[in-house]
Amino acid sequence: MKKIAGMLLVVLALAGVLWADSALSITGAGATFPYPMYSKWFDEYHKKNTGLLINYQSIGSGGGIKQVTEGTVDFGATDGPMNDDQLKAFQDKHGFAILHFPTVLGADVPTYNITGVDANLNFTPEALAGIFLGKITKWNDPAIASVNKDVKLPAEDIVVVHRAESSGTSYIWTDYLSKVSEEWKGKVGKGAAVNWPVGLGGKGNEGVTGTIKNTPNSIGYVELIYAEANKIPYGNVKNAAGIFVKASLAAVSAAAAGAAKEMPDDFRVSITNAPGKASYPISSFTWLLIPEKFSDATKRDAIKGFLKWALADGQSYAENLSYAKLPKEVVAKEVKAINKIQ
Amino acid sequence: MLTMTGVCALVAVSVLFFVLGYLVYHGGTSINWNFFTKLPAPVGESGGGLANAILGSAKLLLLASFVGVPIGFFGAIYLAEFSGGTIAFVVRYAADLLNGVPSIVIGIFAYSLVVHPFKHYSTLAGGFALGLMMIPITLRSTEEFLRAVPNALREAAMALGASKWKTIATVIVPAAYRGILTAILLAFARVAGETAPLLFTALGNQFWSPGWEQPTASLPVMIFTYAVAPYDDWHRQAWAAGLVLLGLILVINIVARAILSRGIAVPRT
Amino acid sequence: MATTTSTVPSAGPVAGSRSFLSRLREGDEIARIITSLFAASVVLITLLLVFELWQGSVLPRHKFGFNFFRTSVWDPIFDQFGALPFIYGTVVTAAVSLLIAVPLGIGAAIFLAELAPARVSDALEFFIDLLAAVPSVIYGLLGVFIVIPLMRQYIQPALKHSFGFLPLFQGPAYGVGFLTAGIVLAIMVIPYIISVSREVLLSVPRDQREAALSLGATRWESTWKVVVPFARTGIFGSIFLALARALGETMAVTMVIGNTPVISTSLFSPGYSIAAVIANEFTEATGDLYTQSLIELGLVLFLLTFILNGVARLLIVATSQRGSGLG
Repeated sequence: MKKIAGMLLVVLALAGVLWADSALSITGAGATFPYPMYSKWFDEYHKKNTGLLINYQSIGSGGGIKQVTEGTVDFGATDGPMNDDQLKAFQDKHGFAILHFPTVLGADVPTYNITGVDANLNFTPEALAGIFLGKITKWNDPAIASVNKDVKLPAEDIVVVHRAESSGTSYIWTDYLSKVSEEWKGKVGKGAAVNWPVGLGGKGNEGVTGTIKNTPNSIGYVELIYAEANKIPYGNVKNAAGIFVKASLAAVSAAAAGAAKEMPDDFRVSITNAPGKASYPISSFTWLLIPEKFSDATKRDAIKGFLKWALADGQSYAENLSYAKLPKEVVAKEVKAINKIQ
Repeated sequence: MLTMTGVCALVAVSVLFFVLGYLVYHGGTSINWNFFTKLPAPVGESGGGLANAILGSAKLLLLASFVGVPIGFFGAIYLAEFSGGTIAFVVRYAADLLNGVPSIVIGIFAYSLVVHPFKHYSTLAGGFALGLMMIPITLRSTEEFLRAVPNALREAAMALGASKWKTIATVIVPAAYRGILTAILLAFARVAGETAPLLFTALGNQFWSPGWEQPTASLPVMIFTYAVAPYDDWHRQAWAAGLVLLGLILVINIVARAILSRGIAVPRT
Repeated sequence: MATTTSTVPSAGPVAGSRSFLSRLREGDEIARIITSLFAASVVLITLLLVFELWQGSVLPRHKFGFNFFRTSVWDPIFDQFGALPFIYGTVVTAAVSLLIAVPLGIGAAIFLAELAPARVSDALEFFIDLLAAVPSVIYGLLGVFIVIPLMRQYIQPALKHSFGFLPLFQGPAYGVGFLTAGIVLAIMVIPYIISVSREVLLSVPRDQREAALSLGATRWESTWKVVVPFARTGIFGSIFLALARALGETMAVTMVIGNTPVISTSLFSPGYSIAAVIANEFTEATGDLYTQSLIELGLVLFLLTFILNGVARLLIVATSQRGSGLG
């Protein structure tokens, strides 16, 4: 009896200790594309506001959209903007709208692991589409070799790696391929989770990077920072102006320049295959999905406070992590839009 | 031919030692003070730890015990002391059914029952899912140990005028306590390593999880997340976490069996 | 304790010889009710689980019907969901795992039951039980860092070299795939085969062995031709049990199978299993049809393991009854 009483006391004490931490906790989930950025942001913001914990789980853009629509998380994150059906579904379910807020700009890069090849390969849109359609199967195929004349490409099978789950990174990639390849558009289409003709599935940007790192002669698409941080080579892509461009902050910002001037009110825009000589063709904004109304005023204020910080001080962390800052015009428009959140 | 069978046995056992050895080697070199005290660092930065996952797992297991142990224990008392044949059969059948359910399906069930209606992922949901998995083990094992207590004890207590529940509380359960403790410990060890049910219930958290209604990090989920990622620092931490988790589970198993092998505390007449 | 009642309480579960009031007064009825509620909750939970699985999969069941099991297209964009690749992957990996685990497991069980001295047998059994306690994610961890590189660098090329004419061993060596998942699963299910088979073999009555030996059989002949066939049904039971475990395994499989819904004759090909696809896609399945299709997959898995576990139990019980009946 005494033992049981003793254990009970320990349990209650433990519970007391754990309850005592009454910090405000907000949960968000979604894209893995900006995860390195967000994890840094939420960590820094927590240091400035110790009473606030923003817990972000990178489960993929599809997960972010679904969970915020279900209401199981407070906000979502995606690199593929919600389509009209998804917006309507949210509106129908909650009675108010969901708002998109771009946070940073990033790039999908074709990253690869070819034995004996360290160089930055050049990829034409046709080559990329062909590889991912499964029509170009060997690394020394003329479509690749012809634009990489000074690289010795092996006669090995190409191992394609794509995302296993619903992903904004996939959305950006397939959006681009749909714009540059009629065959891709008809056969596979653009979307966060498509019926991939070939390839292995990796979970999250992390999983794809890991798979490429471990699999010789593989190619996949990941957000720029994942390739850089893990020191795997990534290729240059031929843009709409015919120039092979390597993904970089400047190239991504160049791609966004046109959209910045004509940003729609709901911030949903695609900047893949953007015009301009310096533009990197597979760039994209990434968005936070914030519901228009919050029933909990403290949560609402906390999120609005965070958004304002992210659009101002937060932007200074972006370049270190290889994300491009938002164009000034977009920031100005967003700051006004924050007031829509009630 | 006979030696072939010996070889088979050797292969099987050596796998265990290999698993343990590899974990000790890789995990041991990765365990440092940071691992136990620090929170995860932002993606790509090193120096973080899994302190929140350790606490998260502890909280989840505590909750699981609150669900699994009472149902298993009191249900077993009912089966062993009060019930008739058919009802006992149905309950046992249901428990065995529950035991065989793949853990991912338990995750779906816990999601539809706890996460979806209450609109958030939480430690509660994760603890509930794990608790469900504890029920069958606790129930069946406790029932067996209660049944193993000789009738002579029951009759003696009755003869002295004790009511049934008093007999159970003061005579039978204490007599079977070693077995019951073993059952609880084994159930505990079983769910300590479960990952799949937590994926849709407790989700994850890079910070401490205050209270019980927020998502929480847990060791098994962090091992999964870190293992498939490309960062070497994360791999190290996955090994360390694997070692801690496996160490915990093996210690519990060994302790449980040791308790049992000292015999059920019933004096032999 | 002083006698406070005028009737002698009965010892059995049916306390019909005392009045209801006296039982109530002594707290027995309350104890009975309380404990019965807990026991009933077990049944309730199980029923609720089946109900949730059934209700939660109503859309795809009505839309696809049995075609769900015949279609191999899994396309969330066009709302086409076919379970065939996942069923295929689940079955193939389970089959590979059994092909490896059953001979090894039964061999080890025979050794432990028939040949090893009692102390060695118990000690080894102890270790094998510990193997069964290792969680799935740890096997996954080892799978990712040890088995996959091994497969990719040594085993798959070697198999391709020697047996590449078979469609089973064709295609590029990714490291991940059906074969890798099968191997990891084999390691996970061996302990179950060994412990159950060992128990079943131990329960074979001594006279069977002695009769064979007295007729001039060698040790091996007595074991292989008399004892094992006698315990045959129980051994099959252990195999079914292992199969049920292999089918439901999630984490270790999803970390090594390649997560691609394809059906291929090659064991080197990446694939997908039911449990793995649910784990990967459940939190992000947008749209009710998608989510419910995943739940229907869960229902399928549940039914499979339910049937297998039921059959397993019948077989194991049948053997032990047979053993004790003739003892």
